Amino acid sequence: MIDFNDKQHKVKVGLAEMLKGGVIMDVTTPEQAKIAEEAGAAAVMALERVPSDIRADGGVARMADPDIIDGIKQIVTIPVMAKCRIGHISEARVLESMEVDFIDESEVLTPADEKYHVNKWPFKVPFVCGCRNLGEALRRISEGAAMIRTKGEAGTGDVSHAVKHLREINSIMKSLTVMSDEELFGIAKDYRVSIDLVRMVAKTGKLPVPNFAAGGIATPADAALCMELGAEAVFVGSGIFKSNNEAERAKAIVDATTHWKDYTIIANASRGLGEAMKGIQASAIPDEELLQTR
Amino acid sequence: MRNLADKTVGVLAVQGDFEQHIRQIKLVGANAREVKLPKDLAGLDALILPGGESTTMTLLIDRFNLREPLANFIRSKPVYGTCAGMILLSKRVLENQAKVQTFGAIDIDVVRNGYGRQLFSSVEEIQISLNGSLSSMAALFIRAPKVVRTGKEVRILAELDKHAVLVSEGKCLASNFHSELEGDTRLLEFFLSNFLPQTDDN
Repeated sequence: MIDFNDKQHKVKVGLAEMLKGGVIMDVTTPEQAKIAEEAGAAAVMALERVPSDIRADGGVARMADPDIIDGIKQIVTIPVMAKCRIGHISEARVLESMEVDFIDESEVLTPADEKYHVNKWPFKVPFVCGCRNLGEALRRISEGAAMIRTKGEAGTGDVSHAVKHLREINSIMKSLTVMSDEELFGIAKDYRVSIDLVRMVAKTGKLPVPNFAAGGIATPADAALCMELGAEAVFVGSGIFKSNNEAERAKAIVDATTHWKDYTIIANASRGLGEAMKGIQASAIPDEELLQTR
Repeated sequence: MRNLADKTVGVLAVQGDFEQHIRQIKLVGANAREVKLPKDLAGLDALILPGGESTTMTLLIDRFNLREPLANFIRSKPVYGTCAGMILLSKRVLENQAKVQTFGAIDIDVVRNGYGRQLFSSVEEIQISLNGSLSSMAALFIRAPKVVRTGKEVRILAELDKHAVLVSEGKCLASNFHSELEGDTRLLEFFLSNFLPQTDDN
């Protein structure tokens, strides 16, 4: 049942609110988690391989080893998130039992269920889910997601798809605010979500949960661009630990996220960072290899 | 409620739920300003330290040269801290102390995430004592710090399970919960009515 006044849901969204204006960094070891925390990350995402390695290595990508997650939990005081496969109820329950602070039901891992996502309402731990457009965002929110992030195209170092997804969601939300009831009913039907949820977005022009950006963010200016386009915080996956000079780049991305309107600070943060992750142009990836379509 | 149109309240905006506080400040009729750099403190009548991650805020306060300017502001003007903001105003943090540097404005000791990780976050109905009258409030505790000691000069305005959750000392007010997330402006109004110096603004 969709009940945004549900106490448990408020508590879940509450943590998402606390992470706003911050950077959430992918880490695969306690050492990386420490670097991320010292750079000013607002949270870390524990996973076995960063997206660019998942992309390069192929194979099935799954939830991280609980030992890795525990090791990371012990070394940092900021919130620890972890990824489960789409629809993998049991991985999600395992992560909840380990007291992770947030679960990312993520398209970066190999989906466990081709049809359904996890019903997130019965969980005490909050979930974040990726989306490419408003329909996906609202379906995930209907399932109980407490935070939405763009999918972008993970592991590429190419921000263009995160930009596309942010633009897409924002422009449709804006158009909803001037639609008639008949049109809103049509939207609810097309998106396969309740009219109440569509009306809620139409009234505020915003999602009812925090909206963060992810997918291909590799430079301080990329992070600032996502904030400029309305993201309330950013996730950085491969962009930090697949670059040279990881600690400095992590710091620089935090600086640019906090001061996304202050271009002198972003310029200074961008100086002398060395090479960003090499990356792949997202538009050159064949459709069947895209992670965002999962 | 006094007229606040000529008052400007800043919100530390290096990370956290600063936008919620800005919305609330505007709702009660005052001007709001994000504080990201020392220059943003100029001319403010009061300051809010929002919720967020105290480790992250500590790092960014130092990185953007806000340590001394904030300490000076806290000594001279009213400041209201929520959650991470309460940690920053406290005397001592009893765990992982090295990661947080506090301003010591309120004589309390806190344990960060003292109620546990996110699974133990909750909404509780609490009784708050404002200007001598009791009223109830829905309080969101998100990975909240626990107050484990309160000094003699500290006024306890609300408790939960025998631990202080809303305290004040001198020009500072602090809660370890979030009423701003519930769209409840009572604490902000209390803060601005009681902690701002009385002026001839009638």
